[in-house]
Amino acid sequence: MAVLKVKFTKTNRDKLAQVLWILNWVSVVTGVILFSLGLFLKVEINKRWELMAERDLHYVPNMLIATGLIACGINFLGGKICYDCADTTKFLRWKLLMLPYVICTFFFTFCILVGALMCYGMRGELEEALDLGLRDAMRYYKDTDTPGRCFLKRTVDLLQIQFQCCGNFGFRDWFQIQWISNRYLDMSRREVVARLRSNVEGKYLMDGVPFSCCNINSPRPCIQHQITNSSAHFNYEYQTEELNLWRKGCRQALLEYYTHIMQSIGFTVLIIWLFELSVLTGVRYLQTSLENVLRQGDPDSESDGWLLENSFVETARSNFNIIKSLGKCNQIDTANNGDPNINVPSTAYYGPDNLPSKQIPMAS
Amino acid sequence: MALLKLQFPLQRRVRLAQGLWLLSWLAVLAGAFTFSLGVYLKTELLRRAEVMDNTEIHVVPNILMLVGLVTMGINLFAGRVCQDSLDSARFPPWKPFLLPWYGLAWMVCVWLLSAVVLSYALQGHLEESLKVGLRNGIRFYRDTDVPGRCFQKETIDRLQMELRCCGNTNYRDWFEVQWISNRYLDFTSKEVKDRVRSNVDGRYLMDGVPFSCCNPGSPRPCLQNHLTDNTAHYNYEHQSEELNLYNRGCRQALVDYYMGLMNTIGPGILSVISLQMSVLVSLRYLQTSLDGVDPENPEADSEGYILAKGVKETMMDVKNIMFKLLQFGQVEAGDEAEAGADGEKAATSS
Repeated sequence: MAVLKVKFTKTNRDKLAQVLWILNWVSVVTGVILFSLGLFLKVEINKRWELMAERDLHYVPNMLIATGLIACGINFLGGKICYDCADTTKFLRWKLLMLPYVICTFFFTFCILVGALMCYGMRGELEEALDLGLRDAMRYYKDTDTPGRCFLKRTVDLLQIQFQCCGNFGFRDWFQIQWISNRYLDMSRREVVARLRSNVEGKYLMDGVPFSCCNINSPRPCIQHQITNSSAHFNYEYQTEELNLWRKGCRQALLEYYTHIMQSIGFTVLIIWLFELSVLTGVRYLQTSLENVLRQGDPDSESDGWLLENSFVETARSNFNIIKSLGKCNQIDTANNGDPNINVPSTAYYGPDNLPSKQIPMAS
Repeated sequence: MALLKLQFPLQRRVRLAQGLWLLSWLAVLAGAFTFSLGVYLKTELLRRAEVMDNTEIHVVPNILMLVGLVTMGINLFAGRVCQDSLDSARFPPWKPFLLPWYGLAWMVCVWLLSAVVLSYALQGHLEESLKVGLRNGIRFYRDTDVPGRCFQKETIDRLQMELRCCGNTNYRDWFEVQWISNRYLDFTSKEVKDRVRSNVDGRYLMDGVPFSCCNPGSPRPCLQNHLTDNTAHYNYEHQSEELNLYNRGCRQALVDYYMGLMNTIGPGILSVISLQMSVLVSLRYLQTSLDGVDPENPEADSEGYILAKGVKETMMDVKNIMFKLLQFGQVEAGDEAEAGADGEKAATSS
């Protein structure tokens, strides 16, 4: 009861071998694509490393890069094997290697599927990393004189300009942190001292935002300071003003950007996985049909190809038994008190009617 | 005394034809490359068309696009010709087209060279066009409620942020223009009234710049207003402050950008010219060597040259042909009388 048995004539086998040869080379190209997708994701994550907190996000692109390289190698070997399979004599070279190759490729395609699913699953960790990273970046916005943080101001400004966003969730996040360094605050002025004293931590908080939050689509010149004070600016109502600053939060903007990238990459990897699976199926059919041809002895005859020789359950059981007996290789069979010779019926016994069962032919 | 004469045994002729076929396909690709360079340059110029006053500079990408298409056409023709060249039956029909082809190929090289020269020569015109365009853009920055000008603000802001520049020549250009619309000025306030009265045109001028001039690389939060007043900001000296705003003017930034583009395109075009010249020379050699082949002995050696006589003699021949063509329209009677006189002279001398 083979699983999905298909009959293969000689021409069918040859054509299958040729088609698989071409498909394996196409798979090498898809392996390169996989590798470059992983590289692209790695570069994109590295570009904004300053805005992401310490989270291990690199395992996804590393997985894609590794599977891409392995895919190139496996499919290169597969192409070589399928090229030789068109000729039954050359197949003998690969006969012993083919079954391990099919098994390895099966596990490898499983790894590709895992890689695709990881792309979709990375979103949660990315959200957390961005949340913490952006919060810290905004907190250190003013520290342009601290080594290690001196470029954060530029990074945050360029981020807000490029992604058209402001703050973590919205522009009000800037009201809760001091983003003007003490170096530029005139401590001798009364207003400055009053503001500093007005909150517990001694921070200079104001209802103003940096210039990078300004919306270029606004019809009026940007209002950055005293945003919540409608009387501070002529013809300005803070509640109805929508075009003055960017409304989106940078966390959401970055998350959308990265989610879009990862969804596209995940989708492409799924397509590649389906393609690899179909190539693997073809190689399995080729292997089984060629082995059956060799078993029958006539290289030009028809043969059967299948995915599994017995049904799924029987194959699983026999494999399980093999694995069990592999494990028992070094063990002693304790069933007969350790003596393997007990209860084995003796073929030679000597007694009165001890006659060899076979008559010695009398020479006549 | 042929110009640059070479011997062509059969093997060399065959190799020349094959090499020329490959070269002509390369030249087709080069033509496509030239066309795409033209398209790219034109798109880049159109992107900033709102800050340019005239479109004189567009002649460079237009030439490149046109010449790119022509190059593709003539080199497809050259490929076809050399495919047929080794077959003595199929080659003769192409012969009459070859002389115009040489003329066209020569013109292509001249046009490409002129495009390269123009791209440098028109730099002054580009700068003038940008000067006027940017001046208008800055002047109409505040007119976000006037149809036709309502996007000037967005255009100028985007330009200044993308190219990291401020104003026309530098940031001081914003001091001479009222860039805040009257809709947002409180005319009941004394300060506004004073400012408006302080100049002849009644404009609200201030020593401030829009937010798009701010440099994100500055260590301190951007100072946009009261830029020339050192006392208005703590720890600020306007003469020595360099990082607060972008120092470059947008005109200079745009000219640098476009000159950089043309400098990158220049060597590409020069290599296309040399490729086309080599196709021209090779086809000429192929044609002359095939013409020199003896019809009874097609596998013999033949000679190939660029010009049958030397350069001076060829020029004289061309001049004579031109004169004959020009004289063709003149009265025939003079020729007949001359022919009659010559005939009498010949009769009397013999």
